[in-house]
Amino acid sequence: MTLMEKAWIDIGALDDIPRLGARVVKTPLGCLAVFRAENDEIFALDDRCPHKNGPLSQGIVHGRTVTCPLHNWVISLESGKAQGSDEGQVRTFGIRVDSGRILIDADALFARPD
Amino acid sequence: MKQKLVVIGNGMAPGRALEKLFEIAPDAYDVTIFNAEPRVNYDRIMLSPVLSGEKTFEDIVIHGDGWYVERGITLYKGHKIVEIDRAAKTVRSEPGEVASYDKLIIATGSMPFVLPVPGHDLAGVLTYRDLDDVHAMLLAARTGGRAVVIGGGLLGLEAAAGLKEQGMDVTVLHLMPTLMERQLDVAAGHLLQKAVEARGIRVITKANTKQLIGSDIRLGPSRVISVELEDGTQIPADLVVMAIGIRPSVALAKEAGIACKRGILVDADMRTSDPDIFALGECVEVDGQVFGLVAPLYEMAGVAASHLAGDAEPRFVPSATATKLKVTGINLFSAGDFADAKDRQEIVLRDAARGIYKRLVLKDDRLIGVVMYGETTDGAWFFDLLRKSTDIAPMRDTLIFGPSFAAGGPADPTAAVAALPDEAEICGCNGVCKGKITGAIDAFSLTSLDDVRARTKASASCGSCTGLVEQILKLKLGDRYNPTAVQPMCGCTHLGHDDVRRLIVAQELKSIPALMQALEWKTSCGCARCRPALNYYLLSTWPGEYQDDGQSRFINERVHANIQKDGTYSVVPRMWGGMTSAKELRAIADIVDKFAIPSVKVTGGQRIDLLGVRKEDLPAVWSDLNDAGMVSGAAYAKGLRTVKTCVGTDWCRFGTQDSTGLGIRIERFMWGSWTPAKVKMGVSGCPRNCAEATCKDVGVICVESGYDIHFAGAAGLDVKQTELLGHVDTEDEVIEVIAALVQLYREQGRYLERIYKWAKRVGIDSIRQHVLDDLERRRALHDRFVFSQKFAQIDPWAERAQGKDAHEFRPLADLTRAEAAE
Ligand SMILES: Cc1cc2nc3c(=O)[nH]c(=O)nc-3n(C[C@H](O)[C@H](O)[C@H](O)COP(=O)(O)OP(=O)(O)OC[C@H]3O[C@@H](n4cnc5c(N)ncnc54)[C@H](O)[C@@H]3O)c2cc1C
Ligand code: SF4
Ligand code: SF4
Ligand code: FES
Repeated sequence: MTLMEKAWIDIGALDDIPRLGARVVKTPLGCLAVFRAENDEIFALDDRCPHKNGPLSQGIVHGRTVTCPLHNWVISLESGKAQGSDEGQVRTFGIRVDSGRILIDADALFARPD
Repeated sequence: MKQKLVVIGNGMAPGRALEKLFEIAPDAYDVTIFNAEPRVNYDRIMLSPVLSGEKTFEDIVIHGDGWYVERGITLYKGHKIVEIDRAAKTVRSEPGEVASYDKLIIATGSMPFVLPVPGHDLAGVLTYRDLDDVHAMLLAARTGGRAVVIGGGLLGLEAAAGLKEQGMDVTVLHLMPTLMERQLDVAAGHLLQKAVEARGIRVITKANTKQLIGSDIRLGPSRVISVELEDGTQIPADLVVMAIGIRPSVALAKEAGIACKRGILVDADMRTSDPDIFALGECVEVDGQVFGLVAPLYEMAGVAASHLAGDAEPRFVPSATATKLKVTGINLFSAGDFADAKDRQEIVLRDAARGIYKRLVLKDDRLIGVVMYGETTDGAWFFDLLRKSTDIAPMRDTLIFGPSFAAGGPADPTAAVAALPDEAEICGCNGVCKGKITGAIDAFSLTSLDDVRARTKASASCGSCTGLVEQILKLKLGDRYNPTAVQPMCGCTHLGHDDVRRLIVAQELKSIPALMQALEWKTSCGCARCRPALNYYLLSTWPGEYQDDGQSRFINERVHANIQKDGTYSVVPRMWGGMTSAKELRAIADIVDKFAIPSVKVTGGQRIDLLGVRKEDLPAVWSDLNDAGMVSGAAYAKGLRTVKTCVGTDWCRFGTQDSTGLGIRIERFMWGSWTPAKVKMGVSGCPRNCAEATCKDVGVICVESGYDIHFAGAAGLDVKQTELLGHVDTEDEVIEVIAALVQLYREQGRYLERIYKWAKRVGIDSIRQHVLDDLERRRALHDRFVFSQKFAQIDPWAERAQGKDAHEFRPLADLTRAEAAE
């Protein structure tokens, strides 16, 4: 497969995720968290906080960040990096919305290291 | 492997050392502290304001229990160490705890000196060193009467002022001709004496105590009744406080064979004669010198922490210290040496009308001593000249008028501070210089006194430099510094919690977006701190109207279960008043089997916790619980949690009322309500208090004549006994008063502020007035609570078992099968 014809997988409709919310996508390599920001931007991250593996999908979403439900680390949805004085990063995945459907980059998804 | 560090004594010196140590080497040691006093580290310097009633003990705590928990420190309170075994490297406490150490810190402080005169051990004779002494004095002061303070130094005068403030008739006996002769010259000593006498305190100087006389033993246990002086004078006394000096506590170290003289001998690296044992604080002796003020002790703490962290550089060098008397309304400052001698000159300024006296002692054009009375703002400037040995010849003529004059500027109140160099020490207790404060203001955009205290510790101990720190803030920020500025809710707004609550009502704001627009939020959609708070404020202000915003709730409240560390949830059904039945238990057992729930545990709130439930299973688990008649226990909520009860008149031979029935009635009436923070209640059937009602947010103690209603207790990070709200005669009144109380809290509490903190902020009396005494207000509050319950008492589990928020409990997509197909 060349770069041009990337494989995208349809994982659901934009409206299946509440604004400022998240849903989980199960994959053979663990769970992903798919976030919907206030302006309908979509992000996909590993559902594992870099601190102690907290499920980021359960956190509070604000701006382009999410606050982890376990110990309140704030993680950037764009870069996956912990904000402020905390250090750590979680993997992010290519994702886009097309005609109200959410599509995720399949190559990246199944080429995960761990 | 972490090394083991054991600390003996939990006073201000080791407290600071541990703070430093955790700052520079947080993972180096497992720390265990033994403290003879049964409490955490507090600001001993501030005992006098506690005695006078200006502060409470909580105000002066330096490290609350949480501080130790967060650092994994084990603190044994009320454990006096009685033996150090250096061969085995262990210590043993009086109650028998043995701990082994790799490194040991001895910080046993000092003991007050007791005059060895006849009668010194009578009841009613105290010293002044710790909180227990303060409590004993306050107890004695309750019945009024006469107090005699022996010793007219810093401590004695603070004790005298405090006891006077508490309504006692006070006499100070001082051996020397003038007060505080070690810190003040004769002139200032006289001015001080006049000021002390002006407060109605009698001062007798050159008073040599001969004996303390006790009451006739035939009339009961003997108590002190008077003090007799050498010249035969008798001074009646119900309370005698000795404050004549301190002696380093060395006995423990000495017995262990560690070298001691007056204090425990340490080198400049704070090590004792045993290289694995450090000592610091008032118990040590360095170069023949012992110490009695915190500033040098804090320097020792820094040095010891560095050495423990492996940095062998820092050395402790004692430097000059300055003294202030912490008696409100008396301004006094002294530093250095001010004895008369041939090679010294002095500059004196007196202003009798304004009660001002200033004296500078000079030697070879250097300042070596300063005494100031009545007006002390320039103290820091002089002290800086003194410590740095600055050549003052060029400004000698105007030196005494202080920095504003020296700089020739106008009388601007901030001029004195502006003139200080960056190295000038502002906060003596914590050794913070001006540059550190201005630097922190710039670097971290600090705008309030609290900010500066949190960042630099300046003015966070005795508080006497607060004025200077405020002037620095003023100097740096100009009009932007507003001393009464409120703490904003979070970085998204400049408004504080109370302002937001008021504006929600005033501007009739009824949704989070409307509020953020109207109040000019600085972020597009808030943050994880403000959104849950706003959601609660709107919900409690507009019951029935406001549409709850799930995305602004913490996960536990969004899905009505408690998230666990592995992402599973725990489920706690309500058991009204802690009562359950065979039917409920059987249903729970079946559910545990059906969903393979790994743990079942009995909680502290008299109910059952099912732990490790998968999120997807939650609706089905709830549905089964509902079928057996159970509803959500709200164990996750900032709302009513449990009402713990005892068996009362149902079963107990001591029961005075139906405590179980009342507890169930309260719980059925109040469940579902949202509050600023969690609310736990208890009802005990008699004062034996088996339901532990007096450490709850709200507690009821049944008595023969009715019900005592208590509130504002705590038993978490903080532990606090409840306050008595008042007594009522009937169950109906109990219900009405508790509803009014909780409603007032719902309306005034700041989000996440527990009832005891709210009560402390607004005052117990004002609360009692609203919810107990003023019947009209009480009824109105009760009615508002009842109205809001109409919309709150809907079981969230039942709603979700029937399909509400289904998206919460299902994955968006399951790609595990997709791959299998490939
Ligand atoms: C009322 C008052 C006002 C003061 N005002 C000022 C002031 O304005 N400015 C100033 O600079 N200083 C002031 N001081 C002095 C200052 O508080 C002390 O210098 C300082 O607190 C000493 O700290 P430390 O850690 O050495 O000892 P401490 O704070 O005395 O702590 C020693 C602790 O060790 C415990 N302990 C003793 N032996 C054992 C044992 N064998 N096992 C376990 N625990 C043990 C004791 O119970 C005690 O809690 C004041 C002191 C008092 C009492
Ligand atoms: S609190 Fe009193 S009434 Fe209740 S169980 Fe205990 S002893 Fe009995
Ligand atoms: S259950 Fe409570 S006390 Fe126990 S570890 Fe968790 S927070 Fe701490
Ligand atoms: S696991 Fe996310 S903050 Fe700790």
